[in-house]
Amino acid sequence: MSLDRDTVARIARLARLKVADEELAPLAGELSGILAWIEQLNEVDTKNVEPMASVSDITLPKRADKVTDGGIAEKILANAPGGAVYVEPTDKNAGGFFTVPKVVE
Amino acid sequence: MAALTDLSLAALKAAMGKKEASAVEVTEAHLEKLDAHRALNAFIAETPDRARDMAKASDARRARGEAGLLEGVPLAIKDLFCTDGVPTTAGSHILEGFVPPYESTVTANLWKAGAVMVGKTNLDEFAMGSSNMTSHFGGVENPWKKKGDNRKLVPGGSSGGSAAVVAAYMVPGSTGTDTGGSIRQPASFCGVVGLKPTYGRCSRWGVVAFASSLDQPGPFARTVEDSALLLQGMAGHDPKDSTSAPLAVPDFAAAARNPDVKGLKVGVPKEYRVDGTSPEIVALWDKGMDMLKAAGAVPVEVSLPHTKYALPAYYIVAPAECSSNLARYDGVRFGLRVPGKDLIDMYQNTRGAGFGKEVRRRIMIGTYVLSAGYYDAYYKKAQQVRALIARDFKQAFEKCDVLLTPTAPTAAFAAGEKMDDPVTMYLNDMFTIPASMAGLPGISVPAGLDKDGLPLGLQLIGRAFDEETMLRAAAALETAVAFKARPAGY
Repeated sequence: MSLDRDTVARIARLARLKVADEELAPLAGELSGILAWIEQLNEVDTKNVEPMASVSDITLPKRADKVTDGGIAEKILANAPGGAVYVEPTDKNAGGFFTVPKVVE
Repeated sequence: MAALTDLSLAALKAAMGKKEASAVEVTEAHLEKLDAHRALNAFIAETPDRARDMAKASDARRARGEAGLLEGVPLAIKDLFCTDGVPTTAGSHILEGFVPPYESTVTANLWKAGAVMVGKTNLDEFAMGSSNMTSHFGGVENPWKKKGDNRKLVPGGSSGGSAAVVAAYMVPGSTGTDTGGSIRQPASFCGVVGLKPTYGRCSRWGVVAFASSLDQPGPFARTVEDSALLLQGMAGHDPKDSTSAPLAVPDFAAAARNPDVKGLKVGVPKEYRVDGTSPEIVALWDKGMDMLKAAGAVPVEVSLPHTKYALPAYYIVAPAECSSNLARYDGVRFGLRVPGKDLIDMYQNTRGAGFGKEVRRRIMIGTYVLSAGYYDAYYKKAQQVRALIARDFKQAFEKCDVLLTPTAPTAAFAAGEKMDDPVTMYLNDMFTIPASMAGLPGISVPAGLDKDGLPLGLQLIGRAFDEETMLRAAAALETAVAFKARPAGY
């Protein structure tokens, strides 16, 4: 499978990666090289083979559906790159918001 | 007594136990080595203040008779483990400035056992690489050099910093993570022991995720026994990681202290004899088998027919999982934000500026193989091949107890080599990736020096959750090899 510039631009958009125009052609070459190498998998007969999603033999455990922590809004918001807005400025653990650029008019 | 920094972890434990040295003295001695070898660029952050506080607290615990398994032992932590209040970067620009508000389970277990953190080690960005050259914070220098050649060599990757600091005697042990070989390959390049446990043995909670079905934390040390002690401190069931195995932690150190391999069936997979492997490594592999045989082990030739497909299958599975895991870096909740004209533009600018070239490549491959119309041809196919790889190992382990293979196809290479074509770099992990795909434990043991004076490792692979047999065989190999070399100047 060889990827062209447009396909690379489409993948970059899906992955939310800004890729400069002049980088599209070299990236198309690199990614095509990797995919061509990967295609040797087509030599393997996988008819009737169950796909393996996990190596764990264990059944994933379930826990009771209840709140196990909370009340740490300030800790969670401490790393917000755009800053945080708190519901109660005097009690930051009461809750708050991450901020993003305006999305509605 | 030898210098404190020359002692193994077990010997340090004994010295502190006999009050020959305090944790504060041990920590100070190692912090001096951090100062002396800063040029290796092995640490992203050193934490001397925290180390001194932890050492004081350790001495106080010992005085109260509450010494833990790793009481007072200084350790370096790969900067992929979240550490409460200490910046964690994953080697990436996109996480620069991020200070975790919580501690990973594995590091919390180590501190509970009494260990002291001296710093966070450098790594390939998001653990994606085999040379440590993809780190946003620059490459790490391998303490080893070729005889008569002053060029800087890579320490391997992705846990390159963690391997280098142990090889340079800056710490007796460190933590790493292994997705496709990121503990074992740098251990081989740096002449130290590196252990990847069975998937599920150590909790992944609080470890920055790369490929969740493959990622597994594990230790580096200079002896097999030390690696076993560290694993004992790191392992254990964790309800916060749903894939963490609900099993008790065995006495791994006891297994490592018992290098008895009489009658042990050691499998040699014939498909690992591939073109491109250095003849010296093949000779070393044969010699390793002869040594185990001399110690009473029984060699068995086994077949793992799908070996050559493990690498391409991995380069679908791992990028697919990485593209999902790394979707969280969007400039909203933590890390870097690069403004844009709207929300999508902000995402794209942030991710475009925050990720390096290799990470970007893998996200794009992952996005492509998971995209509509290609899922069955790539992702499902890779998962089917993965099932066949796991079946190969299962069948091989009906005939043997442990497998012996080379760890890496070459010794350490020069910084900047193998950078032109991504696939050339990927081939570094050809011997480690199959066991990763099957979730099996593997350990790299230093087995000798090549003609240039560089260390080479051999890998032992065990059955799932049978690290003890693997450690026993590794200790037997270590005893027979008697690797005493250390890098000049360290």
